[in-house]
Order: sequence, then structure tokens, then C-alpha cells
Amino acid sequence: MIYHRLMITIPLLLATGFFISIVILACSGTQAATDHTDDRHSAVHEMSELEALYWERIRESRMNFVQADVDFMTDMIAHHAQALIMSRLAPENDASRTIQTLAARIINAQDGEIQTMQKWLSDRGQPVPVVHIEGLNLMIHMENGDQDHGHHAQHGNHGMHGRHDMSHHHDMPGMLTQEQLEELAAAAGREFDRKFLEFMIEHHLGAVIMVQELFAVDGAALDREAFELASGIKAEQVTEIERMRLMLDEM
Amino acid sequence: MKYPIQGFLAAIVVTFGIYGCTATESLQQSSVNSIIPITEVERPNPDPRVGLGAGLFDAEEAIWNLRLVSTTPPPADFIGSWGTDLAFKDNYAIQGNYNGFIVWDISDPANPELVIDYLCPASQSDVSVYGDLLFVSGEGLEGRLDCGTQGVRTAVSEERLRGIRIFDISDIRNPEYIANVQTCRGSHTHSVLVDPNDDENIYVYVSGSAPVRPEEELPGCSAAFPDEDPDSALFRIEVIKVPLANPELAAIANSPRIFDGLDAPPTRGLSPAEQAVVDRAREEGRFVAEMMGRERVIPDGMVRQFLSQIVRERGGSGMPTAADSIALKERLPELIDNMLQVRGRGAEAHGPNQCHDITLYPEIGLAGGACEGYGLLIDISDPVNPVRIDAVADSNFAYWHSATFNNDGTTVLFTDEWGGGTQAKCRDIDPYEWGANAIYTINEDGSMEFQSYFKMPAVQTETENCVAHNGSLIPIPGRDIMVQSWYQGGINVFDFTDPKNPVEIAFHDRGPISADRLEVSGSWSIYWYNGYLVNSEMSRGLDIFELLPSDFITQNELDAANTVRLDYFNPQGQPKFSWPPSFALARSYTDQLERNREASAHNLELIRSSLANAERTSGTERNRILSELAVQIENGSDFINNSTRAALLSDVLRKLAGET
Repeated sequence: MIYHRLMITIPLLLATGFFISIVILACSGTQAATDHTDDRHSAVHEMSELEALYWERIRESRMNFVQADVDFMTDMIAHHAQALIMSRLAPENDASRTIQTLAARIINAQDGEIQTMQKWLSDRGQPVPVVHIEGLNLMIHMENGDQDHGHHAQHGNHGMHGRHDMSHHHDMPGMLTQEQLEELAAAAGREFDRKFLEFMIEHHLGAVIMVQELFAVDGAALDREAFELASGIKAEQVTEIERMRLMLDEM
Repeated sequence: MKYPIQGFLAAIVVTFGIYGCTATESLQQSSVNSIIPITEVERPNPDPRVGLGAGLFDAEEAIWNLRLVSTTPPPADFIGSWGTDLAFKDNYAIQGNYNGFIVWDISDPANPELVIDYLCPASQSDVSVYGDLLFVSGEGLEGRLDCGTQGVRTAVSEERLRGIRIFDISDIRNPEYIANVQTCRGSHTHSVLVDPNDDENIYVYVSGSAPVRPEEELPGCSAAFPDEDPDSALFRIEVIKVPLANPELAAIANSPRIFDGLDAPPTRGLSPAEQAVVDRAREEGRFVAEMMGRERVIPDGMVRQFLSQIVRERGGSGMPTAADSIALKERLPELIDNMLQVRGRGAEAHGPNQCHDITLYPEIGLAGGACEGYGLLIDISDPVNPVRIDAVADSNFAYWHSATFNNDGTTVLFTDEWGGGTQAKCRDIDPYEWGANAIYTINEDGSMEFQSYFKMPAVQTETENCVAHNGSLIPIPGRDIMVQSWYQGGINVFDFTDPKNPVEIAFHDRGPISADRLEVSGSWSIYWYNGYLVNSEMSRGLDIFELLPSDFITQNELDAANTVRLDYFNPQGQPKFSWPPSFALARSYTDQLERNREASAHNLELIRSSLANAERTSGTERNRILSELAVQIENGSDFINNSTRAALLSDVLRKLAGET
């Protein structure tokens, strides 16, 4: 068996350490002159400076957002949460194998994205919607963001946040009414498949519209993580819409 | 550039040399007398990639059948900004970055030297080269025409660049920014097409997946559906024509809707420009017919296919005659209908909106389009008018991201970039089929047939974004071997010669950037370039690896791979590898005969000793030995029981003998 499990990065980086250190000093001009000896310690020191610079830049990259980005994340969390409610019905409502695969993929994808959006908000000191699902009921409470960027939001206000009650959620494009959810939950087998596809296409289209609306706002989606997330949601959901239309055509 | 720490560097290299030797020795002990089928080779167990310690520059690492030659962090201005795709020219690696691009001199792979770091922010800054030109993609909203770092704060702005930037890199230390081509959706990625029949222009296919720009920002951009607005930016790719004599005049030449026909066929008439193309083609005597809803110029590849069908049907062989061409003119509508029907395109269905990546393989006249839910096979024999040949959708709802052909063009591999690359999709709860590669064979009629999935198999943590991403073939002759990026899942090398049974044969992985939270990072792309595997790490810089001989690959096969030399390489433009005749090449095929049990021990011994004898001698004696061996291989029907490999081997022997 031939493999190595070893710590090798730092020594290899020494090859370029000296050059890099000059660049950093030139750019930042803040560090005291480093002892330019050829020893390992100074090279390791350079790497830790680079690492400090990396985390500083990551923090900086999270300061470049507008309220529209915050609203998008907050709303999309609720929007995604409804997709989870719909998809979780698939196994117990006797959906076809294909619909179950689709539903499982939607759950996996949107669950991950909800976490990413929560992290995005918390990193920027914004209130974080926390999702609770009980059957067909979606409840969201806001955890207050602290203003200390980059740290987890403290558990604070556990009450229902005014802007995020259910009536607001249904204003978002593509959101199903509670009656539609109940209609879906009452369907089974082939009827469920058809309703699921019809509702989920509408639901996904709504998310795509929300992305387009975000991009139309001055200064929005300039944040690297927001841009990646929003265009990722759009690309993936447009793909799924086309696949679902195809499945509906074939029914 | 002189490094004042060369002494220490030397020590590191020595350390690695020792590791390398250890690996080689134990390998030789185990394999000197037998090369076993790759499915029987023992794998590390437990997988050392599971549970690696976190760190940015000091993460724990696992490596298997590879040697890490060097790791070089990004220059300071690019720290914290994501490194992206790679292109290669001569001894330079050009690494895209959300902040611009970085040029590395990799003449000495142990010490990549920074040539220039060019600040010009735009996501994703995917890069390609051709001659003295460098193309860079811009998709995000922050990209500026003037390369400024201040971003663009308004939704509509004259200062924004979304599309392709063109640089003159005749002096690579001083890239000159010569032109932009703005596109409606920006450029997520692009592919450079060198048309073998056109030495005055090259073409850039642009793919974009971000929302369409407002019309106020770029006139003519429309996000309406094509049946509402025939000029919609949706459902199309852009083809940019770059006149090599005047690259600053690069402009969009066509926006083909290669997805039409998957969608409901459009009922509109031709635009004046399209009509002009059709009229001109007709005047030139080319084939024009109604296809997928409108009049089209039939691409040469398809014409060839139809002509050979007509020749076959009349029981003939060889080149089609003038009568065959006349027959084709009459039968064209029928042949097109049949072709579309065979491929299941009779029923109306919706098509994808855009492609993420298009891999161009001009030597075989094909492109692989990774277009949302579809993998497309596209005929590119007419570069400005690409035409879809086949489309496959995957039952696991893949989001197709990129395509790679095997060297023969008989297999195509699509990747599913599930979660867009920013999500952890290699956890134990994530199915093997999701976020994986899907491997298809290409049948003679151009249809694709699913064979298998392949995914990096080591379970990764919640804080590692991990999904199939970019890679390239490694030119091991006679085998289909690819190296691939998996973001924070590291990189791996796998053999898909048997498309039903891909086998992982090497890997490298680091622990997550952070153990506490997912920081998007990892390997964006890794490509083979002239003997080395060059890895663009999003946060950690540039890694250079070397593949080691192992129970999966012999030294002869590596030596033969290293006889392949490229002058340049673009990830989305696949070159056809060819191997100059060498003893290493002959020995590679011999090793493969042994590995696949396609020749007896006696015959293997005979081939190897003849090769050794031939190499020891020279001139006519060498030629005689080689020719005799070739004759023996060709005449003995049971000498080798794989006729394809026997033909490859005897061909090398005859070339080495100076016969051809």
C-alpha cells in the first residue's frame, strides 16, 4: 500500500515565502520589518501573515451588501422551507419513484441552501430566520443578529417576527396557499405526482423571479456569496423546471 | 528569481525524493513480475482522506500514487479572492481569479515563478489562450470595463463589463487589454474553437447562466421567452468571431439556438440576417432544409453522415458520387425526419435555457454541451452554426456542468455540479449518483448511451464544499484516464477505459479550510499539461503534482504519456493526443497486454526481450528485430488476443523500424 498522510504544506510554501513576504510588506506597509533570515520560523511567520490577510479579506468581502440582499436571503429561506414541506409529502403520498427521487434531491439541495443563507445573514449581523416545520405548517422565528460580524447570532427574540408571519410569505412569487398545500397533501399516487409537478414548477418559477428582482436592485448581488447563491438557485431551479415540465408532458 | 531559502527548499525536495523512492521501490517489488487488472489492485483502507485536520495553509493532507511537487500561495492582492480556471501557453500557466488573472512560469515545476498578477476583477474570470490572445470571462455584476476594483454600484451602468475581455499577451509580462465583447448574460465560461478550415478567424462560444442584463444597460437584451420575443437572450449561446489580424474587431457572429427542437419548435420566420446566411449557402450549393421549425443550413458533418448512408443503401462503398448528392437533395427532409425520430425528438418538449460549459473537440467535429438538465452532443463542423445531434437527460436530475471526451471520441463524461460548487455534497448522506460524473458512450449514429456514474468516494465533512468539477485527460496511450477537481474533496485520477467500471487510481486531499464552518474553497480545476498535473486551488494558490508509477500505471505508460507535448491548452477545447513512436510506447502496450491478460507470459517475455535487444542495437539490426516482431504479432492470430492493441503495437514497431 503506497500512500502518505502527512503535513507538508508549510515546508513547500517556503519555496515562495520570501517573495510573498516582500509583496505583503509593499502592499500593507503596516508590518514591522521582518527578520529576513532564511530560517524556517520566518517562513512559517510569512504563512501566518498570509493566513491573517486571508481571514481579513474574507471578513471584508462580507461587508459589501445592501438591504435587498438581506431581504432576498430572509425571504428565500421561507420560500425554500415551503419546498421542503411539499417534498416531504412525496414518500407517504405514494409518489412515483421518479417524483420521489426529484423530491429527495430538492430536499437535499434546498436544505443545504437554507443553511447557507442563514450563515450569510448571521455573518453580516442580520436577524436569522429559523425554520420550524410541523406537518403542513411553517413557522419561522427570527434570531436577532448581533452587530459583531462574523460570529453566530445570539439566541434572542424567539417570538414571531412581524414581517415574517405567514401572510407575508404568501406574498412571495410562487408560494402556495395553505389550501393548495392541503390539496397536495390530500392527493396520492398519480394525482399527487401531477399536482406536485404543477405546484413545484410554479414554486420554482417564483424563486427565479425573486432572483431576477434581486439583480434589478442597485448595488445588490455584488456580494460574492450572494451572487453565487442567487445565480446558483436560478440556474438549478430553471433546470428543474424544464425537467418537471418534461415529466408533466410525459404523464 | 533567486530565493534566499534555497537551502531549505533543497531539503524539502530531498525529503520528497525519499518518499517518492519508497513508493517506487515497494511498487517494483509488488509488480515487477506481474501487472494485475486494475479492478484487482488493493486500495488504501480505511480511506486516508476521511477525517483530515483543518487549516488554510496547514491542513492535514492525504496523498496516494501522486507526488506534490510544489504548492505556491497566491500573490497578496489575490489572497482571499477565489482562484478559478487554468489555461496554458508554452511554459506558462494562466490562472483565472475573481480579482483578475495570474500568470505563472512553470518551467521549473518545483518553483513556479510569478510572472504577473493582473488586477481586473470579474467573476469567474475563466481563461483561454490562442496565439498571442488571452480571453477572460466576466459574469458577475462587479466587473468594470476599465478593470477598476471599485465595482459597479448601480443595476444599470455604462461602466459594467459582462462578457469577454480580450488581452494581447505577445509580451506576457505586460498584457495589453485590447477589446471587450459584451453579452446579454455575461460569460460564465467560454470555449475557444479553432476551425481547421479557417486560418483567419477563431471562434469563442460563450455560455452564461446568470440573469439577463437589462435592455437599458445593453441594448437588445431581452429575457422574454422566444415565442414572445424572437431575439430573446434565453435558449441560446453566443458565438464570437475573432479576426486574428484584427482581434479588436471581435464581435458576436451568431446566437444559435442549439436547444430548439427540444423545446416546442418556434413558428417564427427567419430574421433578415439568418435569411441572408441561408440564401448565401444555397447560392454556394450547400444543403439547406427545413429542420426543427425553420430553414437551416445543414452542417457538413450531418451531410457526410447522410451521404454515407445513401452510399450504404445502394450497396456501394467509398466516396459518394454526384448522383448520391442529387439523391440527398431529394431525400433530405425524409432523412432529417428519420434522424430526429430515431433520437426521440418527435414529441414536443422544453429545452434547456443555456449551457454551463461547452467542450469543443474540433478534430472529431464534435462538442459536448453541458446544458442544465441536458448533456448535448453538438456538430461543430460549421463553427458559426453548431447543430445538436443528440441530447440526454439524467434520471437523477443532474445539473450538467462540463463535458470531457475520451481521446477516441467514443465516450463522453458529463459532470453534475450539484449545488453550484458551494455546497457540501460528498457527505455520507449524499447519494453517489448526485454531484457525480455520468459516463456515456457515443454510438455510431451519434446517440449517447448511459454507462455509469463516478464520484470521488471518500466521505467529506459538512464544512467542505464538494462536487464534481473540472478536469482533463492524461495522455496514457491506449487508456482513458482523467484527473479531476472535487473542490474541497481534493483531486483524483481515475481510469474509465471501461466506461461501465471507472476505477480511482490516485488522489490528493486536504482537510477543510475551517472545521467550524463551510468556507467555499478547494480545487477548481486540475489539468494535465506536459507531464504535470496543475491544480488551481481557490484559496491556497497553485499546486503541481506528478503521477507516480503504481499498480495501476507503469513507468512505461508514464514515460509514453510524457512524450506528448502541447504548445497550449484550453480546458474547454480538447486536443487530440497522438503519441510519437517510442520504446516507451511499445512497452506501454505490452504492459497493457499483461494487465488485461491479452497475451501469454511466454509471448510477453518474447516481446519484451525483442524490445530490449532492439534498443541495445541500432541501425539495420534494430530495424530487423523490430520488423520481425511486428510480423510475428501480425501473423500469429493467437499471439495477442486483442486485435486493436496488437495493431497499435505492431504500428509502433514498424514506425520505430523506420518503415513508415
